[in-house]
Amino acid sequence: MNNKQWIRVTAMQNIPLREGRSVNVAGREIAIFNLGDRVLAIDGRCPHQGGPLAEGIVTGSTVVCPLHAWKISLETGSITKPDENPACVATHRTRIESGIVLVEVPEASQEMEERPLSCREQNRARLSASPSSSPAL
Amino acid sequence: MMERLVVVGNGMAGVACVEQILKHAQKFEITIFGDETHLNYNRILLSSVLAGEKAADEIQLNGLEWYAKHGIVLRLGIRITDVDAEGKMVTGDDDSKTPFDKLLIATGSTPLIPPMDGLEKEGLFVFRNLDDTRALLDRAAPGKKAVVIGGGLLGLEAARGLQVQGCDVTVVHLMDTLMERQLDLTGGSYLKAKMECLGVKVLLERSTTAILGNGKAEGVAFKDGSSIEADFVVIAAGIRPNVELGRKAGLQVNRGIIVTDYMETSNPDVFAVGECVEHNGTCYGLVAPLFEQGKVLAATITGNRGPVYRGTIQAAKLKIMGVDVFSAGNFSEKAPGTDAVRYEDPALGIYKKLTVRDGKLAGVILVGDTSESHRYMDWLRSQTDLTAMRRQLLFPGPADDAGLDVAAMADGKVVCGCNGVTKGAIIHAVHEKGISTLAQLKDSTRASTGCGSCTEMCQQLLKAVAPEFQEEAKKSLCKCIPFPEDKLREILRSQRLRSVQEVLEIYGNGVGCEICKPALSYMVDMLWCGDHDEDRSARFINDRVHANIQKDGTFSVVPRIRGGVTSAKELRRIADVAEKYNVPMVKITGSQRIDLLGVKKADLPQIWADLGMPSGQAYTKGVRMVKTCVGTDFCRFGVQDSTKAGVELERRLEHLYTPHKLKMGAVGCPRNCAEATVKDIGLVGQEGTWQVVVGGAAGKKVRKADLLITVESTEEALQAATLFFQYYRENANYLERTYDFVERKGIENVRRDTVYAPLATQQGLRERLRKSKRISRDAWLEGDAPRHPTQFVQIEPLEKVQA
Ligand SMILES: Cc1cc2nc3c(=O)[nH]c(=O)nc-3n(C[C@H](O)[C@H](O)[C@H](O)COP(=O)(O)OP(=O)(O)OC[C@H]3O[C@@H](n4cnc5c(N)ncnc54)[C@H](O)[C@@H]3O)c2cc1C
Ligand code: HEM
Ligand code: SF4
Ligand code: FES
Repeated sequence: MNNKQWIRVTAMQNIPLREGRSVNVAGREIAIFNLGDRVLAIDGRCPHQGGPLAEGIVTGSTVVCPLHAWKISLETGSITKPDENPACVATHRTRIESGIVLVEVPEASQEMEERPLSCREQNRARLSASPSSSPAL
Repeated sequence: MMERLVVVGNGMAGVACVEQILKHAQKFEITIFGDETHLNYNRILLSSVLAGEKAADEIQLNGLEWYAKHGIVLRLGIRITDVDAEGKMVTGDDDSKTPFDKLLIATGSTPLIPPMDGLEKEGLFVFRNLDDTRALLDRAAPGKKAVVIGGGLLGLEAARGLQVQGCDVTVVHLMDTLMERQLDLTGGSYLKAKMECLGVKVLLERSTTAILGNGKAEGVAFKDGSSIEADFVVIAAGIRPNVELGRKAGLQVNRGIIVTDYMETSNPDVFAVGECVEHNGTCYGLVAPLFEQGKVLAATITGNRGPVYRGTIQAAKLKIMGVDVFSAGNFSEKAPGTDAVRYEDPALGIYKKLTVRDGKLAGVILVGDTSESHRYMDWLRSQTDLTAMRRQLLFPGPADDAGLDVAAMADGKVVCGCNGVTKGAIIHAVHEKGISTLAQLKDSTRASTGCGSCTEMCQQLLKAVAPEFQEEAKKSLCKCIPFPEDKLREILRSQRLRSVQEVLEIYGNGVGCEICKPALSYMVDMLWCGDHDEDRSARFINDRVHANIQKDGTFSVVPRIRGGVTSAKELRRIADVAEKYNVPMVKITGSQRIDLLGVKKADLPQIWADLGMPSGQAYTKGVRMVKTCVGTDFCRFGVQDSTKAGVELERRLEHLYTPHKLKMGAVGCPRNCAEATVKDIGLVGQEGTWQVVVGGAAGKKVRKADLLITVESTEEALQAATLFFQYYRENANYLERTYDFVERKGIENVRRDTVYAPLATQQGLRERLRKSKRISRDAWLEGDAPRHPTQFVQIEPLEKVQA
């Protein structure tokens, strides 16, 4: 439980509407997206060949990887295109406090320990614990 | 035993008549002699072959399998020289003797050569068959001076074809009006203006007395003592029916072989059809009458004597793109009781005249707008009483859509004028034979195989009556917004929508995807000439940061080097930048430019500033480059300054966006060192002219570009290229390269809609291009003035955590 921490990342207005920005938090590359009514965060690299997901086109609550157009859910981290894809990206909870985006990330040391856990399992565990996103502002 | 039918002439009338005979009965053993060495082809389309719109092998009508299927013996390259009507035998120029029970003479006609001096000189051509056309194509070359004697349909079509091939063409006409058999003085003057506007010179009232030159044609001299220069001369002064065989067979012959209403000659076993016959004092020179004759003849010769031929109302259509001329019936106003109803708009070049006699249509002339020709032909053929419609004669009736038009047509009305196919016949064929495509319809009824002007109507008919008719499925852009792109462009324009999100919310699913968002982004930009609401979130990353994303997430930087011309200073700056930013790879691209690969996003603005060069747009669907050769500057073969032309072309179009990437080239001579003929737009220098070519490709697909136009000056070449450019921008689907676009549209249509479009259309294209260009700017200027504070910035977290 206590192996995660909330990090103040950046001012909300630094992330344009329906775009993403990448940020390095605690040694981890994370892509943060502004969907207007909420902010979502996932790991920054595509499970296919490491494409930079923050640079993708946002369509609803998914992002399309700019390299080969894999489609990744920002809510669950699962791949929605191509179908039947077991790969998955870790998602991170977010929250907004006085215009600043906060992201919850594993502590560096914990992260190392958690590596063996598949991201899907991680997400499932977290999803059952609490909602994955927080309302903007 | 079957009767032996020998047909002399493997041309349009003869073979069409045989087709009709076969419909009646398989009662003949048929032998066809043709002195041309080609299978039966569509002579009408020779004009299109000369103008480069069709290839010679595209105009064939009946293939060998057709002859074989009907057991027809085809003897090509053999000329019949004698007929023995008593002994029922024909003799060929190979000395072969062929007996017949019935003989069909379908020898057509030969070009009429008016008497003049110097006819023996080399460089004299006629325009009647495929071999003539090939010879003309061989001879025609940019800058060559061609003189066409004769300003009728044939002469004008020849002139136009030669001019498209780059020749400098003058039409010399004896009378005071072009096409005087089809047009009155006013109509002729409108036509003359249009031909001159296309760049064909016209000399009227000149009687040619001699071909000048020393052994070969070098000019023509006129009766008034004047003369003009020529590299070659085409004589298109009319035709003379081929009646020698008729004479030898002892038939009654006047100008043509005389036939009755039943298509009989004076000998019951000898028949004649086509241009070589004379019916009721008239020799016809167009295909529609010949096909009507063929039908009647087929009935008579197969023992079904009954149908009669009563002559044809002649209708003629000039087949020159952008010069719409139609004429039918009798346009003379002299006959008593004739009223002429006219409409004229000199600015638009439209002239219409109807002659009305006793409340009925007697003749029609249409110049500049022939869209109503079918309606008038109907009135002419059916002799409709026009009294009640007197106020609307020259204007379309109350607007009803074209589909209704076909529905309202009576079954007996002719759809295909060339082949005389009625609406009823088409419907019959559809029901009988289960026809569902235009190709099947052509095979079965021959409808729309002539001049092609009825294709649209045939398609509408198929749509209306063929249960399985599949119109080319219009693909919608994507699931998010279910409209085809042309429809979307229309919606955006009429609803004045300027932002992608707005469009998606009103007409789509509100969300969009990676396919429709960039497409819509392009559309709003193009439609509003850059004056749209730019939404970077709808753009692909390359268009957010104006650089090409690489597989490792770094970017590549290709500065604009117009025409591939750079300088030591520029190269030094590029080298400095490469060192300063540790650029992992510096590469000369295939497009005569330099690529700096492996650059971090955050470094882009500074690199651009250090380079001090504009964006080369190598990352986007936009104007890439103009590849050039050194042309007249340094090359010993160069005949045009391709470098200067290329640099100027690039300058005029740079910073603009296109449906797909657009690569251009300019070369100083046909050696084509910079491969302009495989570019989206290419300028190919020739002695004294430029060829502007479009739709080339040298990628996954290789395609030679089509000739758009040949022009004299560099400025004209640039104008033609930019006209096509804007046309492509406005009409292509997103991600449709020019080579697919040009193939989809057809180069004839592209020409008609651009370089041969009415002036107003051209001006519209230019004005919109000008406006877009005025608003456009070098994308790399955003380095200094980003659209968003973090556009190029790597965000650092406010809180540092120990990793
Ligand atoms: C360039 C051009 C454009 C035209 N455009 C149009 C148009 O738009 N609309 C239209 O309605 N009409 C047009 N025409 C006219 C149309 O092509 C003719 O009316 C039609 O082809 C005449 O058919 P035919 O069978 O009588 O003659 P042809 O088609 O000329 O056929 C006669 C054939 O018989 C051969 N032949 C002649 N004598 C002998 C012999 N002794 N032995 C063996 N073979 C012989 C000839 O070589 C020829 O192949 C055009 C003609 C030309 C040349
Ligand atoms: C994402 C994929 C691609 C990338 C990153 C890419 C990149 C490039 C770059 C950087 C250049 C040099 C451009 C310049 O100087 O402006 C180039 C040239 C070229 N590209 Fe591509 N390209 C891609 C896809 C394609 C495809 C799909 C085709 C063919 C169908 C193609 C055909 C060409 C050709 C023919 C040239 C050379 C043009 C010339 O010499 O005139 N490229 N490409
Ligand atoms: S295309 Fe012609 S002018 Fe240009 S470099 Fe080659 S040979 Fe010289
Ligand atoms: S790296 Fe993301 S789709 Fe290939």
